Amino acid sequence: MTSPFEYAPAPESRSVVDIAPSYGLFIDGEFTEAADGKVFKTVSPSTEEVLSEVAQASSEDVDRAVKAARKAFEKWSALPGAERAKYLFRIARIIQERSRELAVLETLDNGKPIKETRDADLPLVAAHFFYYAGWADKLDHAGYGPNPAPLGVAGQVIPWNFPLLMLAWKIAPALATGNTVVLKPAETTPLSALFFADICRQAGLPKGVVNILPGYGDAGAALTAHPDVNKVAFTGSTAVGKAIARQVAGTDKKVTLELGGKGANIVFDDAPIDQAVEGIVTGIFFNQGQVCCAGSRLLVQESVQDEVLDALKRRLSTLRLGDPLDKNTDIGAINSAEQLARITALADTGEAEGAERWSAPCELPSSGYWFAPTLFTNVTQAHTVARDEIFGPVLSVLTFRTPEEAVAKANNTQYGLSAGIWTEKGSRILAVADRLRAGVIWANTFNKFDPTSPFGGYKESGYGREGGRHGLEAYLDV
Amino acid sequence: MSDRLSVFKTYKLYVGGKFPRSESGRVYEVTDSKDNWLANAPLSSRKDARDAVVAARKAQAGWAGRTAYLRGQILYRVAEMLEGRKEQFVREVAEAEGLSKSKAAAVVDAAIDRWVWYAGWTDKVAQIVGGGNPVAGPFFNLSSPEPTGVVTVVAPRQSSFLGLVSVIAPVIATGNTAVVIASEDSPLPALSLGEVLATSDLPGGVVNILSGRTAEIAPSLAAHQDVNAIDLAGVEDAVLAKELEAAAADNLKRVVRPQPVDWSADPGTHRLTAFLETKTVWHPTGSLGASGSAY
Repeated sequence: MTSPFEYAPAPESRSVVDIAPSYGLFIDGEFTEAADGKVFKTVSPSTEEVLSEVAQASSEDVDRAVKAARKAFEKWSALPGAERAKYLFRIARIIQERSRELAVLETLDNGKPIKETRDADLPLVAAHFFYYAGWADKLDHAGYGPNPAPLGVAGQVIPWNFPLLMLAWKIAPALATGNTVVLKPAETTPLSALFFADICRQAGLPKGVVNILPGYGDAGAALTAHPDVNKVAFTGSTAVGKAIARQVAGTDKKVTLELGGKGANIVFDDAPIDQAVEGIVTGIFFNQGQVCCAGSRLLVQESVQDEVLDALKRRLSTLRLGDPLDKNTDIGAINSAEQLARITALADTGEAEGAERWSAPCELPSSGYWFAPTLFTNVTQAHTVARDEIFGPVLSVLTFRTPEEAVAKANNTQYGLSAGIWTEKGSRILAVADRLRAGVIWANTFNKFDPTSPFGGYKESGYGREGGRHGLEAYLDV
Repeated sequence: MSDRLSVFKTYKLYVGGKFPRSESGRVYEVTDSKDNWLANAPLSSRKDARDAVVAARKAQAGWAGRTAYLRGQILYRVAEMLEGRKEQFVREVAEAEGLSKSKAAAVVDAAIDRWVWYAGWTDKVAQIVGGGNPVAGPFFNLSSPEPTGVVTVVAPRQSSFLGLVSVIAPVIATGNTAVVIASEDSPLPALSLGEVLATSDLPGGVVNILSGRTAEIAPSLAAHQDVNAIDLAGVEDAVLAKELEAAAADNLKRVVRPQPVDWSADPGTHRLTAFLETKTVWHPTGSLGASGSAY
């Protein structure tokens, strides 16, 4: 099939990033081996090439890192806010200087298209540090009373879908408010956090203020359970979030959880269809659908169902799947073999339960982890693909007749993170937005993020907000 | 005069705007601080607790849908009603907490004033904790607080009225509905408050008051899948508090842990904001096409 969109390959250069053959844990300002000497390999999901060997933290390492963070807390929290601010501004600036390097690194380690790391992730990462840098000396004005106090040592566990962005969401507000951190990146994407450790070094950040512990779930559990951790921040699955909530019961640890979602993207019959189709694509195929706030349930008004689906399939057929380092690539690799297996199993369940599967016609590369953009029609609310978070490029299409029905179906989930509304009618946007139980609602747009804008869920999508003035509360004793 | 036989009061629960007895048919003895019998209070069962959640859920959307102005009016109406029945509450608080009449009167005054304070919050909290966000792009971006839903409140055990008001008012001021477990030892002021709420234009089900054993009722409320948040203010047993918090994790209820609180001090906004969600709505702003300023 020849497409008018056949472009010549435009690969981004890998030479801007030097990946060392091995990395240590970053504790108290030094790279160090794991106490038990364990290491694990991190691979590029698009080629399965081993990128580096990384030290694997155990509970003993967690203990060392928490001790370092505790020791650093005294001085760091006592620094005038204006001085803490300057460190954060330095970090923001260094991230900007090194953003091409970090974008390529993130694409290699995560598998997402360079287009997204370069144009979305990295600018947002720098913006988060800039935004919270400015708060560090203005906390008296944040609405939490005069002199709000930091909590102490923050134990932070982040996922693999936006490795550096999630790090920024966690570390920037923690440092601005005077806390010190121990952060565990995901086992499949440890590299950008380790490069961030180097940025902390370049910025002259005092030792122990930021500690990075690559590792698996056991290290994360040891961190959130550590008795000397005062604050737990977690982004990841709802199941793990619940386990953390149980684990901290009866302690005085402050907790924020940013968990799963099953966002409804509601398209009314008066919506601008072309824009809506772009929004649907952004909603579920951005970052291969590996987004907690993805619009993974399309609710389309019956009268425009055929029109929307035709346009959507046509659009999906033009998406370019392949080498994430190619600047023309829209759809990159799934983050890991494990995640690919999970997506495949859920999609198979969708078929087995009688939903109709359609995948964009595209050739999958022979190595790496790939899943073609897929949508399911004839989906009912009882279907697994309409209920479970798939965390992959799989869209379930349901229909509705009235706004009432749209709202009822949108809210019919244990999650409450995001939703989308597409209509030209302003009053309908406001009425529907008012009744949707979700923390972020995008009207006539989707998947927009900004450091000044609070983000977080209702119901089982977790508690607390990240971003904006609201995001400070999670790290202050209020 | 003195040989007139007084009329005892039968205390009942307040659920869904009605005054039922416990479905279990049980009562327990409530005594004053010197162990003298005061009354029999309903000994609520887990079924009573579930019924209260059903009532609270049914009332929630309607209550949240009232204008903030009207919610403030209704909360103020409660204060008016309390003021008129002050003597009754002074007597009940004095008996419950072993206070002198003048000290009990000060406590009741403080409770009424607190209720008035929260009445004034209903139409201000959105401006304090919400607002527009200056995002880097052509978008209108607004964050607003919304009630989290149905809230279980374990009222303070020692402060039977001021503490009680201090944990109920912030929950409902913002549009949540409440299932309240009254102080186990001193439930009478709480049960009488139900009578005041019923005559204050507060829709039935917005506040539901149960008396009984916290350890019996609270676990099913902490585990209830249709409860969105729990305030453990009155759970003095640390082991029970931990169990309740762990049970609450099952559907990620928002939890306010028990902690020492001076109920007579300025309450701040913590309890008000603890039961709010922040909803952020984005919309493109577009452009009118012409570049440069139009003024």
